[in-house]
Amino acid sequence: MTTTETVAAFAPVTGFDVERIRADFPILSRRLDGDRPLVYLDSANTSHKPEQVINALSEHYALHNANVARAVHQLGAEATAAFEAARDKVAAFIGARARDEVIFTKNASEALNLVANTLSWARGDLEVGEGDEVVITEMEHHSNIVPWQLLTERKGATLRWFGLTDEGRLDLSDIDELINDRTKVVSLTWVSNMLGTINPVADIARRAHEVGALVVVDASQAVPQLPVDVAALGADLVAFTGHKLVGPTGIGVLWGRSEVLDALPPFLGGGEMIETVTMARSTYARAPHKFEAGTPPIAQAVGLGAAIDYLSAIGMDKVAAHEQAITAYALSRLREVDGLTILGPAEAVDRGGAISFELAGVHPHDVSQILDSLGIAVRAGHHCAKPAHHRFGVQSSTRASFYVYTTPGEVDALIDGLDQTKRFFKVA
Amino acid sequence: MDMQALYQEIILDHYKSPHHAGLREPFEAEVHHVNPTCGDEVTLRVHVEGGLVCDISYDAEGCSISQASTSVLADLLIGKPIEDANEIHQKFVELMQGRGQVEPDEEILEDGIAFAGVAKFPARIKCALLGWMAWKDATVRAVTDLEAKI
Repeated sequence: MTTTETVAAFAPVTGFDVERIRADFPILSRRLDGDRPLVYLDSANTSHKPEQVINALSEHYALHNANVARAVHQLGAEATAAFEAARDKVAAFIGARARDEVIFTKNASEALNLVANTLSWARGDLEVGEGDEVVITEMEHHSNIVPWQLLTERKGATLRWFGLTDEGRLDLSDIDELINDRTKVVSLTWVSNMLGTINPVADIARRAHEVGALVVVDASQAVPQLPVDVAALGADLVAFTGHKLVGPTGIGVLWGRSEVLDALPPFLGGGEMIETVTMARSTYARAPHKFEAGTPPIAQAVGLGAAIDYLSAIGMDKVAAHEQAITAYALSRLREVDGLTILGPAEAVDRGGAISFELAGVHPHDVSQILDSLGIAVRAGHHCAKPAHHRFGVQSSTRASFYVYTTPGEVDALIDGLDQTKRFFKVA
Repeated sequence: MDMQALYQEIILDHYKSPHHAGLREPFEAEVHHVNPTCGDEVTLRVHVEGGLVCDISYDAEGCSISQASTSVLADLLIGKPIEDANEIHQKFVELMQGRGQVEPDEEILEDGIAFAGVAKFPARIKCALLGWMAWKDATVRAVTDLEAKI
């Protein structure tokens, strides 16, 4: 070729030391079978945990373990203080107006199901009934599709959705028809876990509020990689999970505007969600406890608090800038690979750090199997987004995703691994 | 992990040119099986007559392991008495679930022995069994329907 092609270059973020960050993550220095170093490109699936989070979990169990909000003893007071301090950290991290707007769940799926279920029991303004409509999008994770299918099926309501453009963006051309006077709920992902697309949540929320609909946002991929201000987002309810933002598994968050949380009925019944109980009936605590029946994930909440401290110390603006830089570099390198097709936006504009792709002639399972033999961990399959795959005429894809500890060298390892994969399957 | 042990040439050959592929008439039962974790799918038809597996036809989408395994299944079982086919099926399932400890019998499994290495990769065993489970399901249905008509 005689054209002057620009060679892909990585643009590091000033004041962001990826090697120093990597040193905090013990798992990144382990060796895999065959004494291979780990190249972990599956952070959209789950992120790794820094020592600070692992130590917080271990210290909680070693020194402060007790049940919360019901023990008078010193350990009970310490555990309760730590658990509620984690709520304060989450509230500050996402810009909630009040700590009571933060509900702990076990994951984002439970948070979304909490909303869909309580809506199915709601009466009055929030009630969803026959003839009403719920609007989602074609790029949702199954956890933001199935709960709404269940709700609309149970209530005789209609489920509708935004389609996608060929580039992998929401097709908003029919927004005024799709979101109409019958719309009760609009639920969408902020950042797609498959296509990487960042959606214009505020614009859609504005239209939804014009018709009086509730706006629910799946922020599972957004909170780990973007500075978040829920008050400015325009949503009424926001769900995310701890384990994708260097926190433990088993802890998720539902944020809701106080007025909405007050209007929703309780979710699970049990301990801690009540005000008083008689044999005939009960009255309920106010949010957040109204939605937190039973012993909550205490140590996990403490671990999530430590994760938030960790990310805040780096600075979410820098986390986002690194994600952007590594994604731009990966996109430019992947575009050079013959036979590779990126599903979703091919440029790092309004785009998160998950890149799904197809490699002609090699099935994603086989791609990921060969990559795994080289120590490179990616995800293969439908990534719990079957409808989005169907939209692009594919059954599955390979996905590489990045986080604070991802280096350009790991992206280079992926590119080499893809070349080896093609040679192995004789498609090079 | 040794990729050559997993991806034997026989598997890659069957993957590139699957035998007996496509859906055909006649058939007594058709089933659709999916692997929900990865999305691999197969639609499989069986034609049985006089106690024989007369035809196995299929439309499959998935990885090399699931595609090749379905191709080998069709090769092995078409033309066999149902009883023998069931025995081969049993042997193949045992091989896959044997964690790499089961010595495959080439007399019975022929090209199927190439999948011995798959048993060491827990995530891929379901891929290898997709077509086989579909065949079993379809055959049970076909035989049950035939018996019901007698």
